[in-house]
Amino acid sequence: MKKFLAQAYIWILLILLYAPLVFIAIFSFTESRVMGNWTGFSTKLYANLFTGNMQGSSSLISAVENTLLIALVSALVSMLLGTIAAIGIHNLHGRKKQAISFLNNIPMINPDVITGVSLFLLFVFLHISQGYVTVILAHISFGTPYVVLSVLPKLRQMNPNIYEAALDLGATPSQALWKVLVPQLRPGMVSGFILAFTMSLDDFAVTFFTRGTIGLDTLSTYIYTDARKGGLTPELRPLMTLIFLIILILLIVINVRQAKAKKQFS
Amino acid sequence: MAGDHIIDLKHVSKRYGDKVVLDDINLYIRKGEFVTLLGPSGCGKTTTLRMIAGFLAPDEGEILLDGKDISGIPPHKRPFNTVFQRYALFPHLDVYENIAFGLKLKKVPADEIEKRVKRVLKLVSMSDYEDRDVESLSGGQQQRVAIARALVNQPKILLLDEPLAALDLKMRKDMQIELKEMHKKLGITFIYVTHDQEEALTLSDTIVVMNEGRIQQIGTPIDIYNEPVNCFVADFIGESNILKGRMMHDRRVAFIKHEFDCVDEGFGEDVPVDVVVRPEDIYFTTDPARCQFKATVNSCVFKGVHYEMWVDTDTGYELMIQDYDPYEVGSEVMLYIDPDDIQVMHKERTRNVLEGKMVDETHVEMIGGVFECLPQAGLSAGDAVEVETTFEAVDLLDHQEDGVVSGEVHFLLYKGDHYHLTILTDDGYHLWVDTNDIWDKGDLVGVNIAPKDLKISRKNEA
Repeated sequence: MKKFLAQAYIWILLILLYAPLVFIAIFSFTESRVMGNWTGFSTKLYANLFTGNMQGSSSLISAVENTLLIALVSALVSMLLGTIAAIGIHNLHGRKKQAISFLNNIPMINPDVITGVSLFLLFVFLHISQGYVTVILAHISFGTPYVVLSVLPKLRQMNPNIYEAALDLGATPSQALWKVLVPQLRPGMVSGFILAFTMSLDDFAVTFFTRGTIGLDTLSTYIYTDARKGGLTPELRPLMTLIFLIILILLIVINVRQAKAKKQFS
Repeated sequence: MAGDHIIDLKHVSKRYGDKVVLDDINLYIRKGEFVTLLGPSGCGKTTTLRMIAGFLAPDEGEILLDGKDISGIPPHKRPFNTVFQRYALFPHLDVYENIAFGLKLKKVPADEIEKRVKRVLKLVSMSDYEDRDVESLSGGQQQRVAIARALVNQPKILLLDEPLAALDLKMRKDMQIELKEMHKKLGITFIYVTHDQEEALTLSDTIVVMNEGRIQQIGTPIDIYNEPVNCFVADFIGESNILKGRMMHDRRVAFIKHEFDCVDEGFGEDVPVDVVVRPEDIYFTTDPARCQFKATVNSCVFKGVHYEMWVDTDTGYELMIQDYDPYEVGSEVMLYIDPDDIQVMHKERTRNVLEGKMVDETHVEMIGGVFECLPQAGLSAGDAVEVETTFEAVDLLDHQEDGVVSGEVHFLLYKGDHYHLTILTDDGYHLWVDTNDIWDKGDLVGVNIAPKDLKISRKNEA
C-alpha cells in the first residue's frame, strides 16, 4: 500500500507537470480554431506552419526568427564575456572573490520584471533607441552570469599549473589561452551557452520592456499580443509541440553524452 | 662573478602583502650542476623556482642568466623548462601531442618534431605510449611524459618542482636514480625543489637549505649532513641529537655534563654553543678505557637496516643512537664519540631581546601586549626600551586567554633534557623558549613572563 501511494504520488506529479504539454500536442493534430474542440485528426496545421499558408503567418515566422537570432547572438556574447569573467574571478582571492561571486549571483535571482524595467529606464536615460540592439544587450546581461557559473567549476577542477605549463613551453599568453585553457573550459562554456540560449528563448518580461516600439516581436511577446487580440493562432499549437520535442531531444543527447563522459572518466 | 655561473640570484626578496616569503636571497648556480632547494613547506623554495621560471617577479633584487638580468623576460621566452608538481599535462592532448606542444609552437618542421619526440620518449622509456591518452597513464608514467615534454625543448636549465611528491616510495626511488642518470647523460643544469631531505641528499651536487624565506646553508650533501651550520639544518637533514654545550677552548667542548675532544677551533674560550651528534656516530664499547660516558638503554626499535635506541645518560640526558646491534632495554652501556663526529655550532641567540615601550613605571608594552615589570627608575612612560629575558623565563600556558599575549608553537627542538621552542605570537613576533613541558608544533599557547625576569634598559638611539 505504502509503495502504491509512493508510486501514485510521482505519477500524479508527472501528470500535472506534463498534462498541458500533452494537451497542446494532441490538439495540434486537429484543425479547430478554438482549443478544446476536437474536429477530427488532421495535420493541416503542421502543413500551414511549414508552407506559411495561414493568417498572420509572416509575423509568426519572423517572431521565431527574431527569437532564434536574439538567443544565438546574446548567448554567444554571454559565453565570451562569462568565460573571461570566470577566469578573472577564479584568479581573485579571499573577500574580493566572494564579493564578486555574490554580485554575479544577484542578476539570476532578481525578478525579471525588475531587470526589465530597470534596463528600460537605463536605455531611456541613455537615449538609446530601443529595438534589436537593446533586447540583445538585455539578454546578454542576464545570460552572462549563467556562463560564469558553469565555467567556474571547470576552472576549479583544472590543474592550476596548466596555463603556466603552456607558457613554460613557449606559448605566448594568448596562445596558452586558446591552445590549453579554452579546450579545458569548453564543456563549461558549452553548457553555459546552452543555459544562456534557453534563458533568452523563453524570456518574456525583459524582452517586453526593452523591445521598444518598432514592432519587434519574439515568440513570447508575439503569443502575448496574439492572445490579447482574441484567441491564439491555431498554428502555435504545432509550433510549440515541435519546440518541446526539439528541447526534449537536446536534453536526452546532453544527458547521454554526460553519462558517457562520466563513464570514461571513472 | 665566475664565468661558470648560469644563474645568479642577487638580493632577491618577495612579499605577499605583509608576509615576507623571500628575504634577501643570494645564490649562484653553476652550469651543469644538480642543485636542490630544500626546506619545509612555506620556506620559499617553490617561490624561488617560480621566479627563475619567470612566473613571479621579485620585489627586489635581480636574477641573472649568464650574467644578464632576465627580470623583463616573460616565461615563454626564457630558455628553461619546468616539470610541475602533479605534472600539469594537457588532458585534451595525447602523449605525443603533449610532448610536441613546445616544438609546434616554435614551428619546428614536422619530421624533425617526430624525430625529437621519439628520441625523448626513448630517454624516459615510454616509447610505445605515443598515442595514449595522458589521463589513462599511471602517476609514474605521467611523470615521465612531463619530463619528456620539458626535455624535448632542449632547455638550458630544467626546473623540477617536487616532481616525485605524488609517487609511491618504490617508484620514487626508481625515478630518483633515473633522474640522476638523465642529468649525467644530458649535462644540462637541473634545479630541483623538494621537502624530502633524503631525495636531496641522493640527487644533488649542491643543496640549498631554506627556511622561512632565508637560505640557511649551501653546500654539498656531505657538507650539509656532517657540518650543519645551525640547529634548523641539523634537525631538518637526517636524525640528530642537538644539545646545549659550552666550548671550553679550542678542540674541547662540554655537553651532557661531560667533556669531549672535538676538531673545532676559533669559537673562543668558555662560549655557549650548540652541539650536533648524529645517532649513528655514538658508539658502544666494552673497553672501559675508551668509554667516555655511561648510559642506560631506554628503548630499542628495529628499523630494518639498523636498530634505533634511546638511552638515558648517567647525567640525565636522552640521546638517540643507531647501531647494527641491539642492546637490551635496561642494560647499562658504555659509549664514546669520535672527535670528528662532533659538530659544534655557534648559538644563534642566547636570550630573547625584544623592543618595547614603557607604559608606566611598572608596565612595558612589547610583542603586542602589556607586561608587568619591576619598577623602573629613570624611565618614564613612552620611553623606547630594550627588554631581555632568558629562554627559561618565558611561561607557556595551555589557555591562550591566560597569557598576556597568545601565539602558537612554530618550531620545536629536543635538546636531550629539554625542549627549545620557537613561539610565533599572533602579532607575528618570535619568542624562544626552553621548557621541560611537552608541546606539539601548532599548539596554541598563552605567553606570560614574570616581572622579575624582564631586564629592561633604555634603547640606544641610533
